[in-house]
Amino acid sequence: MKAYIIKRLLSMIPVLLIVAMFVFFLIHMIPGDPAAVMLGPEATPEEVAALRDNMGLNLPIYEQFFNWFTDVARGNLGDSLYMNVPVMDAFVSHLGPTLSLALLAQGFSILIAIPIGVLAARKRGTGVDRTFMIIAMLGMSIPSFLLALLLMLVFGVRLNWLPVAGYSSLAEGVWQHVKFLILPAISLGAIQAAVIARMTRSSMIDILSMNFIKTAKAKGLKQKVVIYKHAFRNALIPILTILGETFGALITGAVVTETVFNLPGLGQLVINAITRRDYAVIQGTILMIAVTYLFLNLIIDLLYGLVDPRVRLSRK
Amino acid sequence: MSHPLLEVKELKTRFSTEKGTITAVDGVTFNVDYGETLGVVGESGCGKSVTAESIMRLLNEKSTKYGGEILYKGRDLLSLPESKMLDIRGNEISMIFQDAMTSLNPVFTIGDQIAESIVVHQKLSKKEAMKKAVEMLRVTGIPSPEKRIHEYPHEISGGMRQRVMIAMALSCQPSLLIADEPTTALDVTIQAQILEVINELKEELNMGVIMITHDLGVVAEVCTRVAVMYLGQVIEEADVDTLFDSPRHPYTRGLLQSIPKINGDREQKLHTIKGVVPALDNVPKGCRFAPRCSFATEKCLEEAPVLDELPNGQKVRCWHHARIKEREDVPDAIEAT
Repeated sequence: MKAYIIKRLLSMIPVLLIVAMFVFFLIHMIPGDPAAVMLGPEATPEEVAALRDNMGLNLPIYEQFFNWFTDVARGNLGDSLYMNVPVMDAFVSHLGPTLSLALLAQGFSILIAIPIGVLAARKRGTGVDRTFMIIAMLGMSIPSFLLALLLMLVFGVRLNWLPVAGYSSLAEGVWQHVKFLILPAISLGAIQAAVIARMTRSSMIDILSMNFIKTAKAKGLKQKVVIYKHAFRNALIPILTILGETFGALITGAVVTETVFNLPGLGQLVINAITRRDYAVIQGTILMIAVTYLFLNLIIDLLYGLVDPRVRLSRK
Repeated sequence: MSHPLLEVKELKTRFSTEKGTITAVDGVTFNVDYGETLGVVGESGCGKSVTAESIMRLLNEKSTKYGGEILYKGRDLLSLPESKMLDIRGNEISMIFQDAMTSLNPVFTIGDQIAESIVVHQKLSKKEAMKKAVEMLRVTGIPSPEKRIHEYPHEISGGMRQRVMIAMALSCQPSLLIADEPTTALDVTIQAQILEVINELKEELNMGVIMITHDLGVVAEVCTRVAVMYLGQVIEEADVDTLFDSPRHPYTRGLLQSIPKINGDREQKLHTIKGVVPALDNVPKGCRFAPRCSFATEKCLEEAPVLDELPNGQKVRCWHHARIKEREDVPDAIEAT
């Protein structure tokens, strides 16, 4: 088990190297000059050139990459060109809202989607099944910013139940914190909920046709036990995969939602950094998101072992 | 008044499908008594598994309609509410299935799966049930059962898995065991062992056994009586010796003749029954076997025969069973192809 985790951690290194290179070169290919942005439209070309020189932007691109990456390898993501803070600090201070949002969205989608998926599978082919699957189809098709605006209009403006936008940190009270995140979480989680519901349904239908379900029935077990103990535990295996993928998608998808709801999360950090061409922040944040994603995948893979003894790594 | 263990009377099982209603079991009648092994034989799709699952009421009852009666110790199972069936399944009547690999839940340990029905039916604690599970595994001949109960189905062999299935089915000492092709997926040597285990436990518990199979070798080995099914009907029923010695139905004869003999003439082709089993939505009007039968006459094609009982207790569904007896000495009474 330990050896497996170490192996997985080591295998992250090449992945992160590729991500780092990709992000670095992609960002540097976008036209726009951080020095010019910082100095504003009034600056003379000489001033801009001097600042570029100062920031090391006039070095050959591979040299710039090498310098940045050796720092990164030492655990130093560099400083923001614009905000005068270390990138790591900026990342950490913006992580809270995004993480809360993603967790809430994931929780919301799991809570809604799994029971719906199981119900649809049990009532397969009936009106109940069709209605839920049509709703899921809609949930998958509706763009999250549109849903966000609709939710704002109905629950924020018309009913005035929840704040339209803004953020309050966890330190100011749990409800206060959650209140601002409910609408963003719903609009962000809707697509995931639809995907998870469909996956749960098809996975349950698959499992319910298996022979061991017949065995469980033949034992004299109640239908509830057959479905929730024998079938669901097996159906959970593909659902877990989807959960891992969707959670990753939630972190990246949060960019749009955060903009619409004006949440000071990673999305805003990255968007602002891109408009300011704040190279260090963009690179550092995206690299950190990749790290998060890889760790999530590792956790999901370890969870498989809990659910499915066939993939349990040798305990001996 | 004492009732026989199981009386199946004119059982009809109909499925409603998108294409219309299909009658998978059409008027099946047989009895099983304590300590008796009834073989139910037939080709794939003849309704033998559906009959078994009808007795256990395992089929999806939204799309299934039953007719006739299934009297278990005098009680009609078909009219019992589901809650009463829960007490019967796995407790009074148990079933083991063909493919032990896929019939065990891959995510629970063997011990958990055996103990589960003990906990449900015998109201024992989990701990006591586990002890009983160990005992059951030992009875079915699994070495070091204390260790095995903590293993998962994928960690043991096919033969072991079938023993686990048997242990699970018999853990509550049922009166009736339905074995649906329990040895089909196993090696021949393992087959014999599994049949032996079933037979021994049958003697010990004095249970009735319904052995569903398409393997006449299995029938000869363990059954006391045999019912031969064809297209949802029983077409012949007799005790095992009578059936093997003097089959009266042309289909049964065909089945028996299609078994290769070790001392037979290798040059001669094996007997086959001509044609294929018709689909259930296209059942012949008269005798269901008539289109494939070399004895068939006008009458067979027009009028469906009834299950006749002969003086020796043998039952045959054929207009010409008297004639077939006369021609018993003719080996290829059924056309060879």
